Amino acid sequence: MKNYRTKIISNQEISPGYFRMKILAPGFGENAHAGQFIMFRVQRSLPPLLRRPFGIFRTGFLPADCDGLPPKEFVEIVYKVVGSGTSIMAELHEGDKVELLGPLGNGFDCTSRKGEKILVGGGIGLVPLYMLAGELVANGCKVRLLMGGRTRDDILAVTEFERLGVETYISTDDGSLGEAGLVTQVLERKLQKYPETEVFTCGPMPMLAAVHDICVKYKTPLQVSLEESMACGVGACLGCVVKGAGHTEEKPSYLCSCKVGPVFKSQYLDWSALGKNDNDCGGCA
Amino acid sequence: MSELKQEIVRRPDMSVEIAGIKLRNPVMPASGTFGYGEEYTPFVDMEKIGAIVTKGLSLKPKAGNPTPRIAETVSGMLNAIGLQNVGIDAFIQHKMPFLRTVNTPVIANFFGNTLEEYGEVAKRLNDIPEIAAGELNISCPNVKQGGIVFGTDPKAASEVVALVRKNLQKPLIVKLTPNVTDITVVARAVEEAGADAIACINTITGMSVDVNTRKPRIANMTGGLSGPAIRPVAVRMVHQVVQTVSVPVIGIGGIVKAMDALEFLIVGAKAVQVGTANFVDPTAMISIIEGIEEFLVEEGIDDIHDLIGSLRL
Repeated sequence: MKNYRTKIISNQEISPGYFRMKILAPGFGENAHAGQFIMFRVQRSLPPLLRRPFGIFRTGFLPADCDGLPPKEFVEIVYKVVGSGTSIMAELHEGDKVELLGPLGNGFDCTSRKGEKILVGGGIGLVPLYMLAGELVANGCKVRLLMGGRTRDDILAVTEFERLGVETYISTDDGSLGEAGLVTQVLERKLQKYPETEVFTCGPMPMLAAVHDICVKYKTPLQVSLEESMACGVGACLGCVVKGAGHTEEKPSYLCSCKVGPVFKSQYLDWSALGKNDNDCGGCA
Repeated sequence: MSELKQEIVRRPDMSVEIAGIKLRNPVMPASGTFGYGEEYTPFVDMEKIGAIVTKGLSLKPKAGNPTPRIAETVSGMLNAIGLQNVGIDAFIQHKMPFLRTVNTPVIANFFGNTLEEYGEVAKRLNDIPEIAAGELNISCPNVKQGGIVFGTDPKAASEVVALVRKNLQKPLIVKLTPNVTDITVVARAVEEAGADAIACINTITGMSVDVNTRKPRIANMTGGLSGPAIRPVAVRMVHQVVQTVSVPVIGIGGIVKAMDALEFLIVGAKAVQVGTANFVDPTAMISIIEGIEEFLVEEGIDDIHDLIGSLRL
């Protein structure tokens, strides 16, 4: 974990309102795991005041600018413009100075090498699933990705997942791409067909709650990546806590989603509280 | 030639003394923004800052408030964390081992739900030799019991400070709330009751509404406003308190850069605390310390005490 005072390599709109940003970050990749996140300072001046959390889409290297220099290591994020911070980000260009803190948090546990894996991504929620898919495929797992969105504009990076060797299934609310309907309906069908599987998900909270319910019904293990507002990202402010399973007024259990999470095994969370939470934070971890 | 010149420039003396504790410089974190110190070790050399101030400690662990707990506002943030903390026992067992290894004064911020609890926590702090001082929180706006209830009433403030003063065998800093009509009244009361130093200000009570859902943006409805938005209010109140009491004052409120810290020192704060800025930039305190030093060199000031309270009227 490190604070990088660095600059943007590229920032491109890939679908209406969705951007991909590569940020120069030497040495970042060797410590980064699928499901971890960064705290991104949109610009070095204020406002906005607080950093924004973003899931890591991937890390990698670009060729050096000229011979003799080392290749340029980058971290890539994908974000949706939803508020003041992301609106400023959308205007940034190559060479603009930014700061990022990371890699942060606990990512997905992909140590289980056996069997079939289903990833469920809703909109921008597919971001942390890309590195996960890569790791699972490398582990020899059969990976299926179910992507859901409101319209075709919300379905991102399909070909890149397919290039990893992932089988993709698309559903949109309006039927403009893939099958019409909810991604959770697809999940239920897949679980009936492939009962011995493990599910990983990230996306809007109502979708996560529905995925949780389905996995409980089919007794399928589930790991879920949460999106909570954060101030510090390192476990100091205690602003991003979520209720743990068994939370009561008398014996409260609050878990820092930045430090314990952002990925949780779903049985450790209190879903009665989470299901009511409806933040849509546009790519936050 | 230029190298020679640099050697001749003496580094200014940045050290200050607060309530008998010697600090290598006047910059420390504000309670609740720096965890128990260890969280920031990847970014901050603990032996470069003036002191470490812990998250507020209570007798029993405290779970804190429902979520959402934070919301960003214009140049500020609202929070209602609710003093979530591990409790004094777990603090001693799990957090002190790290703090013991650091050669920097550790100030334990603490609070109670009742008068008795305040007294009990103070006693427990006596058992920890590595704690340099206690910072008494009578100013948290986000909990029903304790905190601000004591801090807004001069009589109650005086009572709790007197009790803690009796129980605590260490220097006592009292942290005040700005949520009063006249902060000098409370400042005078806590000084008379035995405070060795005063820290101010804690957050200003605020509220923000999401117009789409028409719900408060934090679950507690109201929260404490911090960040650059409150700095002018803080500078004004610190100035007032400095003019009122003779004990040292620690200035807090929206410090992000060295220039911000200098404002507080010039109006008479002997030290400053950096809060929300730690979230914005985990290395903020280090930049602030370097910036203050640079300013002193530029102004030809050898000793920071020549800057403190140097407001020109």
